[in-house]
Amino acid sequence: MNSFVLPAATLWQRELVRFWRQKSRVLGVVASPLVFWLLMGYGSNDLARFYAGALVLTVMFSAIFSTISIIEDRREGFLLSMLVSPAPRTSMVLGKILGAATLAWLQGLIFLAFAPLAGVRPDVGQVLLAAAAIFLVSFTLTGLGFVIAWKMDSTSGFHAIMNLLLVPMWMVSGSLFPMATAQGVIRAIMWVNPLTYSISLLNGLLGLPNATPGPLASAGVTAGFGLLLLIVSGLMASQKSTKSAA
Amino acid sequence: MIEVQNLTHRYGARVALSNVSFDVKKGEIFGLLGPNGGGKSTLFRILSTMMVPTEGKALVAGCDVVREPAAVRRQIGVVFQTQSLDKALTVEENLRAQGHLHGLSGAVLRERMEAAMKRLGLLDRRKDLVDTLSGGLRRRVEIAKALLHRPQVLLMDEASSGLDPAARRDVSRHVENLRESEGVTILLTTHILEEADRCDRLVLLHQGNIVAQGSPDELRSSIGGDVVVLSSEDPATLAAKICERFHLAASARENEVRVEIENGHRFIAEVVEAFPGAVSSVSLHKPTLEDVFVHQTGASIE
Repeated sequence: MNSFVLPAATLWQRELVRFWRQKSRVLGVVASPLVFWLLMGYGSNDLARFYAGALVLTVMFSAIFSTISIIEDRREGFLLSMLVSPAPRTSMVLGKILGAATLAWLQGLIFLAFAPLAGVRPDVGQVLLAAAAIFLVSFTLTGLGFVIAWKMDSTSGFHAIMNLLLVPMWMVSGSLFPMATAQGVIRAIMWVNPLTYSISLLNGLLGLPNATPGPLASAGVTAGFGLLLLIVSGLMASQKSTKSAA
Repeated sequence: MIEVQNLTHRYGARVALSNVSFDVKKGEIFGLLGPNGGGKSTLFRILSTMMVPTEGKALVAGCDVVREPAAVRRQIGVVFQTQSLDKALTVEENLRAQGHLHGLSGAVLRERMEAAMKRLGLLDRRKDLVDTLSGGLRRRVEIAKALLHRPQVLLMDEASSGLDPAARRDVSRHVENLRESEGVTILLTTHILEEADRCDRLVLLHQGNIVAQGSPDELRSSIGGDVVVLSSEDPATLAAKICERFHLAASARENEVRVEIENGHRFIAEVVEAFPGAVSSVSLHKPTLEDVFVHQTGASIE
């Protein structure tokens, strides 16, 4: 028990301590979606419509920045000593993902504080539910980042994936236009895009438009995808290889 | 303590290790010496369970690195060539995290950390961020970290590369001290002769093959007498002439001719006399591990 919880806990704590020591990261992650949201929102005179999308983007940026460190850590860094320690790989994966997810969540919460600008006046219950939903989305996106980062040997590869996969995935998630008005292929992509459910979940809980599918179904899909990514991450990290792990 | 049997490793078509076998006894300081690309790092990665070999077998403290990696990991401490420290954390935080990875906590972990920091002279730097430490100090933190769980075997990859000579001696002193007081078995990879000289036994690796093994003295005495190096503008011709005239093996490399011979000082007088003008400078030395390597492979270590 101890040998599973301790490694996970220490890695979780490490993420937080590292983050606390480079606070400028918060600014970078929260500021750009915020500016983006305000420009889009004021420009179209509809802050509410882009709010959930900008929040998810904040969480996504944070998750990407945290998981990109796996690539650096593998070449020269802490990951090496993790790989040759007897701690179970699944415990390391869980610690890393929970740590990075906690950071993304905290930044999502900062963004949640701007909800009144979108015309949302949530009650305490809504805030708690939204906070829980943001954690779920953080966890899932961090899991996605982990799966992408684990096999990569350069950060530039990760940037390419980010531009070719993650950002487009975000664009067709209901963040910019609702599923109701989407046509043909785009609509189909939106249906299978897990991020669609993150957006509809937040919209639903905060009483914003474009909240289909409903919160329960959206939470279910997001959690299911998160769990799947966690399992895949665990399997990837436990694999033995004849190629160098570092 | 370490048994390596017919280990072969390929990266795709490239053979990095070819049928390598050796044993390391308990309490030995054992060196893998060779140039970069010789197979040392591949061997290190296999023994430290970072990678499984394509063929063959390796046992560390009686456990198979492929079938029981978790058991091996409990018995080994690993000091990496690249820093495996988190630079954003302090010395103490790095050690604590490492302890946690090994399931240590509470009073036991605190004691181990104190002992490791004391042994490596890090107590006054415990609250410092690793980022602010010198290369030598960082390497000491790496060693302290590798020792926390009291491993039976310490694996060190180029542990003194990138350090100045004083820091290098300092690391060697700590390593020897560790062997004396705790009986830890140490396997290190190196391309530095001075460091290799301090090992109890060595294998010389070249292009994935063991080209020689034994104690530094045994290896050196495999070359009789002295090594004479003659600088020349035309080493090939000079080497050929020496072979013809003195009936001994002379090898030409770049701009010099090497000759291994008893009573080298006498030979120098004769050779300079015999080929006036063909030799621009002369040196004589007792064989070094570099000479052994050159003798076996025709290539140089560094």
